[in-house]
Amino acid sequence: MISDITFGQYYPSKSVLHRADSRAKLLLTFLMIVFLFICKNFLSLGVMVLVTVLAVIFSGVPFRMLLKSIKPVIVILIFTALLNIFYTKGGDVYFEFWRFSITEKGINNAVFTAIRIITLVVLSSLLTYTTTPTDLTTGLERLLSPLNHLHIRVHTLAMMMTLALRFIPTLIEETERIMNAQKARGADLETGSLIQRAKALIPIFVPLMVSSFRRAYELAFAMTCRCYTGGEGRTRMKQMKLSGRDFALLAICLAACAGVIVLNIFFNPVI
Amino acid sequence: MQEKLIEVKNVTFVYESDDPDTVPKPALDNISLDIYKGEFVAVLGHNGCGKSTLAKLCNAIYEPGEGSVTVKGIPSDSEENGDRIRRIVGMVFQNPDNQIVATIVEDDVAFGPENLGVEPKEIRRRVDDALKTVNMYDMREREPHKLSGGQKQRVAIAGVIAMQTECIIFDEPTAMLDPMGRKEVMQAIQRLNKEMGITIVLITHFMDEAVKADRVVVMDKGRIVTRAKPEDVFSQVDLLRSHGLDVPQSTELCHNLGLGEGVISVQDCVDRVCAFLGGAK
Repeated sequence: MISDITFGQYYPSKSVLHRADSRAKLLLTFLMIVFLFICKNFLSLGVMVLVTVLAVIFSGVPFRMLLKSIKPVIVILIFTALLNIFYTKGGDVYFEFWRFSITEKGINNAVFTAIRIITLVVLSSLLTYTTTPTDLTTGLERLLSPLNHLHIRVHTLAMMMTLALRFIPTLIEETERIMNAQKARGADLETGSLIQRAKALIPIFVPLMVSSFRRAYELAFAMTCRCYTGGEGRTRMKQMKLSGRDFALLAICLAACAGVIVLNIFFNPVI
Repeated sequence: MQEKLIEVKNVTFVYESDDPDTVPKPALDNISLDIYKGEFVAVLGHNGCGKSTLAKLCNAIYEPGEGSVTVKGIPSDSEENGDRIRRIVGMVFQNPDNQIVATIVEDDVAFGPENLGVEPKEIRRRVDDALKTVNMYDMREREPHKLSGGQKQRVAIAGVIAMQTECIIFDEPTAMLDPMGRKEVMQAIQRLNKEMGITIVLITHFMDEAVKADRVVVMDKGRIVTRAKPEDVFSQVDLLRSHGLDVPQSTELCHNLGLGEGVISVQDCVDRVCAFLGGAK
């Protein structure tokens, strides 16, 4: 069944990271990614890797889940590594063949970039593994709320995201139902050339669009009935509060960032 | 006389038509209806008789073309008044999927009170109470799309209860549910009326649901055909049939057997048949 998919790849657990404030997690993930690119040598990169490994351990997310998130970037990983190996020149030459040469700097660059990309992917997927989509949107809404002063309707955007998330399973179910209905009338969705199969999808998308608009219309009625008038004057049942846990996370991340800067200054850059 | 909550006076309502050549038929044709505080009114009628339109007029989603709708003295003639009216009159729709807003049950129930600007702690209390009232408290952290139709509809009802409106309009709340879900929802509705004193307007085309009301209003072609107590309404079997409506099975049985009119419960029906057969019980 298609409807079994869990959206946003959330991994349910009650770990320290899961319970941390979503605003803190969003900001800290962003900070860590920025510092990942400030790293200039293996020692400072090592600090970032250490923090990431600690985060993985404390999140309770199983290792194979993380491998699953690295899988899609493997091609990019190999491609950038090869480019780095063959196109960066400098330092000792290990191997020479025709116009290609593998140098110390090339190898260093390749390894460095590979580690950087893997850490980047693990960090960002940890965020979605440990935070529900709802918490993410609320966190984003709070973080972006200063933009309200620039007349950007942050609440409306967050509301749209929440509604989209809410209706994904409903619409998947609907798609399944329409597909079955069309199959029952003899629609052939599986055979034929690519173009034929694409054309066969039209009788599925048209009713899906129509019913989505009808749903949207009804939903708007229902929201009006529940006195929804936009973000103004709204309160929240679940208040977000920073706790000691969040400050501890912040302290660890800031220490790591400081470490990166110090190590960058005192050791020679490799990249 | 009891206090009037909703007052519908000589209302005519016409839907706008895209086609300028045809003269659109009015969905409601000069209708007047009073709903009193604390009562349970059922509105019966087959599809397209204007009952949903009437519901949407009662909580100011539509403004009447002619005539007036007033809720506790507030006329529904402006956006601003509409908001005030919707704080008094809540509504539950037919399709539970299209009225649930959040991805977690308790967040959805909190949506209404959040819109009203209620204090966070008070919202928490109201949400818990509302979920307990509809027996969904144990499922407060579940995702709505994993619930059954009846459970979803009860979440939607809890969402309105948490707003603490004085009146709730149900627009065919059981039409998309299985028998089990219908039973659950009907029990919840009756509890709201009896135990919490909430005024209920139930729009339905199920006779056995209308039987549970204090007063039944029958509509056809945008007009009110009859309004009376359920037993009086269902004693007019021929009138109901002429407007394309059925009567409850027990009523029909007694009517066809000539055992009297206005029988609305199974127990009543059993008693009459037993009495007819010679008093054996």
